[in-house]
Amino acid sequence: MSELNKAMIEQYRNSFLSEVEANVEEGEWVKMCMQCGVCSGSCPLGKHWAHPPQEIFMMIRAGKREEVLTSDSMWMCTSCYNCIVRCPRQLPITHIMHGLATYAKKLGLTPKNQPTAKFAEIFWNNMMKKGRVNELKLGLSLYFKDGFGPGIKEALRNKDLGMKMMKAKRMAAGEFFGGHGVKDVSGLQKMIKKAQELEDARMKKFDEPEASQDG
Amino acid sequence: MTEVVATNQTILVVGGGISGMTAALEAAETGAQVVLVEKRPYLGGRVSQLYKYFPKLCHPTCGLEINQRRAKMNPNLTIVTGAEVSKLEGEAGNYTATVKLSPTYVNDNCTACGECAKAVEAEFDDEYNYGLSKRKGAYLPHVMAHPMKYVLDPAIIGTDDAQKAKDACKYDAIDLDDKEKEIQFPVGAVVWATGWKPYDAAKIQPYGYDRFANVVTNVEFERMADPKGPTGGKILRPSDGKEAKNVAFIQCAGSRDRNHLYHCSRICCMASLKQTHYVVDAYGDDAQVSIYYIDIRAIDRFEDFYAEVRAMDNVKFIKSKVASITRGENDNPCLNGVDTEGYHRYATEHDLVVLATGMEPSVSVDSFPVDVEINREGFIEPAEKNGGVFAAGCASDALDVNRAVQSATGAALKAIQVVNRVARAEG
Repeated sequence: MSELNKAMIEQYRNSFLSEVEANVEEGEWVKMCMQCGVCSGSCPLGKHWAHPPQEIFMMIRAGKREEVLTSDSMWMCTSCYNCIVRCPRQLPITHIMHGLATYAKKLGLTPKNQPTAKFAEIFWNNMMKKGRVNELKLGLSLYFKDGFGPGIKEALRNKDLGMKMMKAKRMAAGEFFGGHGVKDVSGLQKMIKKAQELEDARMKKFDEPEASQDG
Repeated sequence: MTEVVATNQTILVVGGGISGMTAALEAAETGAQVVLVEKRPYLGGRVSQLYKYFPKLCHPTCGLEINQRRAKMNPNLTIVTGAEVSKLEGEAGNYTATVKLSPTYVNDNCTACGECAKAVEAEFDDEYNYGLSKRKGAYLPHVMAHPMKYVLDPAIIGTDDAQKAKDACKYDAIDLDDKEKEIQFPVGAVVWATGWKPYDAAKIQPYGYDRFANVVTNVEFERMADPKGPTGGKILRPSDGKEAKNVAFIQCAGSRDRNHLYHCSRICCMASLKQTHYVVDAYGDDAQVSIYYIDIRAIDRFEDFYAEVRAMDNVKFIKSKVASITRGENDNPCLNGVDTEGYHRYATEHDLVVLATGMEPSVSVDSFPVDVEINREGFIEPAEKNGGVFAAGCASDALDVNRAVQSATGAALKAIQVVNRVARAEG
């Protein structure tokens, strides 16, 4: 169990809802859910979720911290926004799902080998190198995420799609060597680093018991 | 009926539905002079289009008949139909009302013999049945219309049909040269009772009201249950005319939804429970009713009515706001969603789906002829700046008939107080 996870359990001992409200992006909306279920019914991937959004909101209010944060449900969201459009209370459900996923990752609770979580990490690292996504490398790292053998298999399976993307100039072989980027890459990296420092400082206060008591 | 004798001690009632009729009669029976202005060619409003009332399951025609009789007998009450208030200027105790009178083409000689309707040919959607049936270009709006006069559709004026209607009339009751008029008269206080309209179900895109024939609204279903209605009281599927025995109701269709109506429309839960009786009465043990709901709002004495429906063997309650309707086999609407009691995913087909659409105020926020306080939902709030204008019934909030009538009596009393003050001041 990560230190941060322990600290957060201590901090919000009896109220997972308060924890979500304070730490999850758009988390303050969770209490607005009236359990009508239109989000769950509208989700195109709904049947693949262990817990649909409506159930997640209820679980948060019921204090089922571990079940929610270790669930892979919020990682299933594809940002289609069907739920947001139909929610009678206009909850930003998509954003809450991504907020929950981010928070679970921060606490080290992401399910092992969750493909979406892995993809998100690969995407982030890829983009941070140059400030732009390198499609070729992104595709390749995704294919080889489970090792060399499966990677070759996956690459061959998708070779037609890859060729088409090359033809349409959506992907260039030259990208393999360096690739395009933003004008001021080091400036961007500095900016992100600073933001990360601020976030780390914010989270660090939970590691210090004195600070957490009056938090 | 274009002469209106009025003074600043007269009460103007805008809208002749159940609220307006009640306010007008209550005020007139205390001795006040009342002018009742109604946009439609007849009184009774949406109540006249209901088959039964909840919770007693008695017929609204009964109460309407009593009110119409009271109206006929009262010399203090002037009724103007086919009229709309276009301007209201002044202040409490001293208003000038401007009223636009649509041409009626039919005068008081009409005996409702019906010869004109037989003579004309063109047909139009019957608004009394929410477009579920057709009516002629010369028609009696409904069997209990008050005033009991035939109406000529303005669309036939200038066509052969208009002349045919005139030629068929033995009582010289048709005047094809009737023109729109505008009249002005003084009033002391105003009861604003313009009522409600059903929320436009086509705006709820995932339910496909505009795409699926077998998805209807609760007001349409009410007409289908009425023996005088478009199906002769039979509950049938619009797509193929077959009996609809497996009926689903979707609650909060438009209500309690920030994308549609903010408010709870209050009547729809009870209306669907009432309409469940229609299905069970029609098909007995063969009936199968499913009610999809967020929560059932049957308050006070309505709780018993709810409990009774809940206990029926062939009625199911599914706690879920339906996410979408898709086309199933044989034009069956297929309801998709996840229920809240166990999070079970369902895709269930029904013969017919009734959307329990909510109420919205019939006058839009920017077309009030007078400056009154309107809330976010479009209803009139009691406020100082409203002066001598008092909202009654569904112009003030989403109300059932019982509460609308209470609200109307209250508004009548406030209006009487204003004109009494005027009378005292003028000695």
